[in-house]
Amino acid sequence: MGSEHLSKQYDTDLETLRSGVLQMGGLVESQVRGAIDAFAHGNQELMDQVIANEPKVNGCEVSIDNDCSHIIVKRQPAAGDLRLIMAISKTVTDLERIGDEAEKIARMSRQIHERGHADIHRFATVRHAADIALSMLRQALDAFARLDAADAAAVIRQDVAIDTEFRSILRQLITFMMEDPRTISTALEIVWIAKAIERIGDHSKNIAEDVIYIVKGTDVRHTAVEVVEREAIG
Amino acid sequence: MNAAVLQPTEQTVNQKIRVKGLDFYYGAFHALKDINLEIPERKVTAFIGPSGCGKSTLLRTFNRMYALYPSQEAHGEILLDGENILAPSQDLNRLRAKVGMVFQKPTPFPMSIYDNIAFGVRLYETLPAREMEERVEWALRKAALWDEAKDKLRQSGTSLSGGQQQRLCIARAIAVRPEVLLLDEPASALDPISTGRIEELVHELKSDYTIVIVTHNMQQAARVSDYTAYMYLGNLVEFGVTDEIFIKPKMKETEDYITGRFG
Repeated sequence: MGSEHLSKQYDTDLETLRSGVLQMGGLVESQVRGAIDAFAHGNQELMDQVIANEPKVNGCEVSIDNDCSHIIVKRQPAAGDLRLIMAISKTVTDLERIGDEAEKIARMSRQIHERGHADIHRFATVRHAADIALSMLRQALDAFARLDAADAAAVIRQDVAIDTEFRSILRQLITFMMEDPRTISTALEIVWIAKAIERIGDHSKNIAEDVIYIVKGTDVRHTAVEVVEREAIG
Repeated sequence: MNAAVLQPTEQTVNQKIRVKGLDFYYGAFHALKDINLEIPERKVTAFIGPSGCGKSTLLRTFNRMYALYPSQEAHGEILLDGENILAPSQDLNRLRAKVGMVFQKPTPFPMSIYDNIAFGVRLYETLPAREMEERVEWALRKAALWDEAKDKLRQSGTSLSGGQQQRLCIARAIAVRPEVLLLDEPASALDPISTGRIEELVHELKSDYTIVIVTHNMQQAARVSDYTAYMYLGNLVEFGVTDEIFIKPKMKETEDYITGRFG
């Protein structure tokens, strides 16, 4: 956020907060990647690991929120500092929910795996959506690290693609279920996984909106993507 | 940066004071440089900035307090309801009846609480005793001091606590029914509870008065004011709606000052 504060401790506190968010982001990203890999390859060990790591994500959220409260009470932040802290408090909530979605994917994968073979090429249906979601999350975290509003706007643009992808997965799975009712249980679980992936995209988009708020001071939630792009670049 | 008149974005607000091309000199020292500013009516406007930035100087031009000192000069225009108060023909007594002022340190006169308030009123009006009593009560009530002072109106004003003395000064200022109230760091010598009372009072008074407050306490400016002006080295750097100044200032200099990056 530009030059340094008169209080070095304030700079240190804000920097600790920012690096805490990036650390949490790294953990959440690896949770999502693990959950999708576990689903793609039926890797039971990885599924268990994702589920076991979930409380760590929750712990990060509580700890960072607590740090935000401390800074607010000690420093009464204003302007860019205030926006950073407000945005961080929201960002960690989105990261925690992404962590929940990763855990959900791991649990569903375990159920599909335990049920054994169903006549659907499970991963092929969601591969593309999963790639987009992971890339959105990574780019949103990069945009946060660099406080880059233009990169954040690019993340928001991708959310449209993931929504379209989700609807296409749904149509495909409905076709499977109509053709062969034995696939219904597995297909429904894949729908849940696809929904979780789509939600990861939504939360990544929220994080990108927070980045624009920090950098530009404009609340771009519920705003058309073209307007967001203009705001982010202008 | 002062080329255009800086004014709040809300267009529906009436402007009580218009400052146009104001320069101010303490002898050879150029303390205010081409200030252009519009103070909205019945709102609270705060001036913030580091020591020596000119915020108190600007405040003191609004009732020509500086005229007490021969080496101090103001050039430009300050229009109070359209009338240039810097004009030589301006009647200073009439101006100061319209534009009241309260200072950093409470300055009660060495007389009774009652007379502290009646003193100013007597300068401008001749009221029968009954009406004067009503005026004193009204002013003390407005200044949220009546309940604490009603049983000791004949006691000396200096017997009150610091916070009460400051509210007495506010009561004294509003007793003459001014239109504008200038507050020069009115709470900086007070404890947090007295400060809270003064801030609450400012909030209540703004429905009747145009209030301009100078404060070193940025949180205080954020709490009490509707508009904020940031000044630095005699320039008006930024003026706008307080929430915008404190959440999303336009100028980097303002951001650096309010976030504590000012070195």
